[in-house]
Amino acid sequence: MAEPLLQLRGITKQFPGVLALDGVDFALTAGEVHALVGENGAGKSTLIKIISGVHQPDAGRIDYLGAPATFPTPRAAADRGIAVIYQEIALFGDLSVLENLYVGAYLRPLRTTGRRVDWARMRARAQEVVASLGVELDLGAPVHRLSAAQQQLVEIARALLRDARVIIMDEPTGPLAQPDVGRLFSLIRQLRSRGVGIVYISHRLEEIFVVADRVTVLRDGRRIITAPVAHTSRDALIHDMVGRTLDALYPKSAVKAGAPVLEVDALSKDAALADVSFVLHRGEIVGLAGLVGSGRTTLAHALFGIDPPQRGRVRLDGVDARVSHPGQARELGIAYIPEERQRQGLVLPFPVGENLSLAILRRLSRLGFVDHAREAAVARDFVRRLDIRTPGINVPAAALSGGNQQKVVVGKWLAAQPRVLIMDEPTRGVDVGAKAEIHRLMSELAGRGLGILLISSELPELLGMSDRILVMHRGRITGELRRDEATQEKIMTLATGVA
Amino acid sequence: MMMRWGRELTILAALALLSGYLSLTQPNFRDAFTLSTILTNAAYVGVVGIGMTMVIVAGQIDISVGSMLAVCALIAGTLARAGAPMFLVVLTSLALGLGMGALNGALIAYLRIPSIIVTLATLTALRGAIVWWTKGYWVMPLPPGWKFLGTTHILGLPLPVWIGWAAVLAAAYVLAHTIIGREVYALGSNPQAARLAGIDTARVTFWVFAVSGLLVGLATMLHVTRFSMVQTQEGLGLEFLVITAVVVGGTNIFGGSGTVVGTYLGVLLLTVTSSALTFLGISATWDQAIRGAFILVAVTADIVRTGRWRQPVRWAR
Repeated sequence: MAEPLLQLRGITKQFPGVLALDGVDFALTAGEVHALVGENGAGKSTLIKIISGVHQPDAGRIDYLGAPATFPTPRAAADRGIAVIYQEIALFGDLSVLENLYVGAYLRPLRTTGRRVDWARMRARAQEVVASLGVELDLGAPVHRLSAAQQQLVEIARALLRDARVIIMDEPTGPLAQPDVGRLFSLIRQLRSRGVGIVYISHRLEEIFVVADRVTVLRDGRRIITAPVAHTSRDALIHDMVGRTLDALYPKSAVKAGAPVLEVDALSKDAALADVSFVLHRGEIVGLAGLVGSGRTTLAHALFGIDPPQRGRVRLDGVDARVSHPGQARELGIAYIPEERQRQGLVLPFPVGENLSLAILRRLSRLGFVDHAREAAVARDFVRRLDIRTPGINVPAAALSGGNQQKVVVGKWLAAQPRVLIMDEPTRGVDVGAKAEIHRLMSELAGRGLGILLISSELPELLGMSDRILVMHRGRITGELRRDEATQEKIMTLATGVA
Repeated sequence: MMMRWGRELTILAALALLSGYLSLTQPNFRDAFTLSTILTNAAYVGVVGIGMTMVIVAGQIDISVGSMLAVCALIAGTLARAGAPMFLVVLTSLALGLGMGALNGALIAYLRIPSIIVTLATLTALRGAIVWWTKGYWVMPLPPGWKFLGTTHILGLPLPVWIGWAAVLAAAYVLAHTIIGREVYALGSNPQAARLAGIDTARVTFWVFAVSGLLVGLATMLHVTRFSMVQTQEGLGLEFLVITAVVVGGTNIFGGSGTVVGTYLGVLLLTVTSSALTFLGISATWDQAIRGAFILVAVTADIVRTGRWRQPVRWAR
């Protein structure tokens, strides 16, 4: 293989309490797509932040373009041709495409001096680059009017305008619809043929076999393996990523389903939900699969009263229920563990105890006055039952690890004694150990008669934990799979609407 | 304890230093009249500050308090001149304050108009209505019963001082020990999580503005019943003074944290400083410069204490 474009050797990075990277080697050749995979917390983000100048390594060396290099700031890395395209696209929505392409790196007039910027020259160069990619892009349009795929295109064009030699793509297919994924892949091949080195991060392993040349697996901050994709397999990658068998991760016990607890009939909301009907029984874990934007979270929000449906019926234990506010949902015995723990699930500066009691303050109060002794007793009880690792109930929730924070959110809702528990990506961003614990907890709760609706983008989690899996595509339920018949392939077929 | 009450203790220390210095160098500062004037001024500003603290902790702002105070004062004065009994005058002031605050609250909580816009509108509109209605004339003379509230003394201190203290303590208790108090902090700290925990966030937002208005109605009565006329420019610029006190008192301007005791101490510090300038013969124009400096010192102290300035800028990921 040719001389590497970028070479990292023995990169180590320590954060308070975590060794994020432990002597990691990583090399990228020009014209190569190098996939980087690993579980959340494996060190992928830290590694790309080191390459892109956000973090500095504690030890190790970086060679770039054949010479030792340091990137003290993101700007320094960008100036030397390292571009990062994050999953959450970082553009200025109200500015035009052209302005976004040049923000922070405006071109000056060639002849005259001064601080003026040369829009004509910038427009000409931008048109050139966009045309060379073989795509259409209206340079005058405000970016917020563009689709996710087009916005990604703006980011790629922006990287090329700055003569990027290395482009890091973090979950680039996350926000894309299926046809756009194909287009992105052909664009990536084009970049590769121009000699750009691409670091490709994705949780969707099947993509890696389509688009990447080599793959590196990280686990717990260490590099486990680097291999050409032709010499590895999906199963081998999963084994390297997880480092243990899947059974331990998904302790699902067989529970006999009881009476229906939640019956949903023809729920509809604009174009986002169309005639969604299903039944959830006591003791049952029903998985809800689907790609981003398929309507899973919309369904959860409709059931929990965050964004009430326009048509359709919801019955709880056989009784008609109208939910138009989360407070009502809570009183009816519906609990919702939201997708984004820190932004939606917790009041981070609040102590652990006050987070645990937030949904049940009324029960812990008399005449509006909070009974602090009872509050503390309930909080301590949940800390013990859920094994929440915290120095005490008066510590701010912000100080806990992701997995323990998630347990606080779960505890908050268990305290409300729900009949139905909706969990939206309950293990996203928690480490493998905490993940297994949350799964064990789910199993235990189902065993005690709770009906659980599990939304997850992680197919192994859905397959491992669900009694049944409902698959959504474009606001509809496109299929239902029993535990014994469900496979990743069947789910993906239904989720992409191919069937 | 030091950390938790750090701001309050710092202000207390500053107050002690300043008053100590003035007491030693300016014999007149020590007399009962000065003390009672300072405390009475602090009482009405402090009561408005309680409401403002709740509003700011909830993540909002209310800049209409000065105009609301003027409306309450002028209508109360007019009513008193028309011969209404004092208890009715007081009730009217409270009801008017509550009504105007509820209007602010309804527009902000239920129509979801930003609070800075709504209260800017009420600030301007109410001030305009006052000029139109009074044509600039002061409300005077007022009947003899008018000054009962403002001039009655208990244990040597004017009644408004006691009422102010009672209000501060009651509000501190409500914020720390009731459901609504907890909900105000949760809302200001993370509105999304608060809503998802089943808190009726619109109701809480409405509540803080209504309470803020009610407290303005009360503050009006503590303030204007000391004088024998009501001026049309009553309460002009009050919002700046109150917001300054809230920030100096340690409340996070972005919501989520702060205490009414801190605000009250902030009010005291600003009031003592104003009167110190008078005693030291320094031009009153310096008052505003000093208030500005207090804000900068308070905010800088926070950032240095938490080490925030040394942390890198937060990246989205």
